Amino acid sequence: MGFYQPAPYQKAAARLLLAALVALPFALEAAGQGFYIGLVSRIMIFALAATSLNLVLGFGGLFSLGHAAFFGAGAYASAILMAAGVGEAFVAWPAVMAAAGLLALAVGAISLRTRGVYFIMITLAFAQMVYYLFVSARAWGGDDGLPLAGRASLAGLGLGGDRAFYFVVLGCLALTLFGLGRLAQARFGRVVQAIRENEARMEALGYPVFRYRLACFALGGALAGLAGALLANLTGLASPSLLQWTQSGTLLVMVIIGGVGTLYGGVVGAVVLLLLEEALAGLTLHWHIGLGGLLLVIVLFAPRGIAALFGGRRG
Amino acid sequence: MAEPLLAVTGLSRAFGGVQALAGIDFSVDAGEIHALIGPNGAGKTTFIHHVSGALRPDAGSIRFAGADVTRRSMHQRVHAGIARSYQITNVFSRLSLVDNVALAVQGRRDSGTSFRFWRPAASEAGVFAEAAGYLRQVGLADLAARPAGELAHGEQRALELAMALATRPQLLLLDEPMAGTGPEEAERMVDLIEHLARHVTILLVEHDMDAVFRLADRISVLVGGRLVFTGEPEAVRRHPEVRRAYLGDGA
Repeated sequence: MGFYQPAPYQKAAARLLLAALVALPFALEAAGQGFYIGLVSRIMIFALAATSLNLVLGFGGLFSLGHAAFFGAGAYASAILMAAGVGEAFVAWPAVMAAAGLLALAVGAISLRTRGVYFIMITLAFAQMVYYLFVSARAWGGDDGLPLAGRASLAGLGLGGDRAFYFVVLGCLALTLFGLGRLAQARFGRVVQAIRENEARMEALGYPVFRYRLACFALGGALAGLAGALLANLTGLASPSLLQWTQSGTLLVMVIIGGVGTLYGGVVGAVVLLLLEEALAGLTLHWHIGLGGLLLVIVLFAPRGIAALFGGRRG
Repeated sequence: MAEPLLAVTGLSRAFGGVQALAGIDFSVDAGEIHALIGPNGAGKTTFIHHVSGALRPDAGSIRFAGADVTRRSMHQRVHAGIARSYQITNVFSRLSLVDNVALAVQGRRDSGTSFRFWRPAASEAGVFAEAAGYLRQVGLADLAARPAGELAHGEQRALELAMALATRPQLLLLDEPMAGTGPEEAERMVDLIEHLARHVTILLVEHDMDAVFRLADRISVLVGGRLVFTGEPEAVRRHPEVRRAYLGDGA
């Protein structure tokens, strides 16, 4: 892969999509389908989580199988803060991101000393440790998870309504994508992408490779934490299932389906996977078979992911 | 006498039971081209790895420009002024030539700390202008926008050189820059190294003896992990152990 470069029409497409997403809740309400606002919020939250993994995996080249740890930790951190009476999003969510980022910093500081399959295994091991930590903590609800008394408020405005919360989620996702697009083309982004291509050469050009990888890993963790906080607020529960290793797998599948190392890969993957789940789950309990088939088709015929099919050029 | 730019003392390294480097004392004076020759498996590349910081010695010390760098990491040594090219071509094959060199320029300018998350790097004209300058120096200016992977082998070797130069080294470690090049390309590479040597000290590892004798001010001979001789090219040519080593190698 070369350096990330946006496709020529990408900016226009992104604006169009943003406008459509702004109009969507009003259209759904007018059509009497307000229920779907929550579903779209959920998809956008997973899109954010998958995008954060794509930063680590696609741009940083770090195949982490423990991303759910930061996603779930973010959910728990927001629930814990809510229980402690911190319901203001402008206070709680930055704190959640800092906590998830610090957790990723600690995990990365050890994991990033390994390579290849060892890195995959050690990130998985750390994620399992975090999972068992939360499941065994009675004060945090154990197996049942930790419910939130209500949704956070933003600058004093309640986010209890689905439409208001939808716009907060949309804002977080849009800002993240915009920021990531900038980052990928800024000096830092070029350095981590070059490290992905050839680590030894970057060291020989004078770059402290470890520090860049750690920064990338921690940033991905912080963004996953934000996604976790949003999901906990949407569903009203910080569930231990968010921390499970299968959740890490789901996020990986989203990124791979959507397009590793493309800006919108995580978004596309989350949309496809969750809509497919929604559609197929209504038909049969064995909807995973359909998902498996789709994954096969994509890996065989679009190995760079769906987003790459639309000219999301990687170099 | 002034302290040499690079002073290696008692450098030893074993891999398992194999003593790859055994008590090597070696120095490079500022301004010279110092060639390191020896049969395959003599430990030349291992030695370069120790000077560049990719490997750590079991014993011995490495001083560079008056400071002990034995324990410093590779990226710290790059900023101290040691750059290297690789025996096996090692460039970013999917990036354009100018992007390859720009990474080196950026690394030097930021002292390796490019923690800048916002401003598009492509808009930084200074970095790219400088990168283009190094490409011109090695004769690749016309190909700046091409992906490095599409270059001919000799051109990739020249790109390696441009990247090493962009770190503005005091000491350039060249590990077999002629390896795998045709006679014409090798000729061009010799001219290029001769040209570069006016500004930078060079430690050259090379099998091409014509090139070595044309370029080197001094030659050291490494055999079986031991430095058997250091001297002027003429003295090396006559040295019995050197002849034996090369005859033993079947060369």
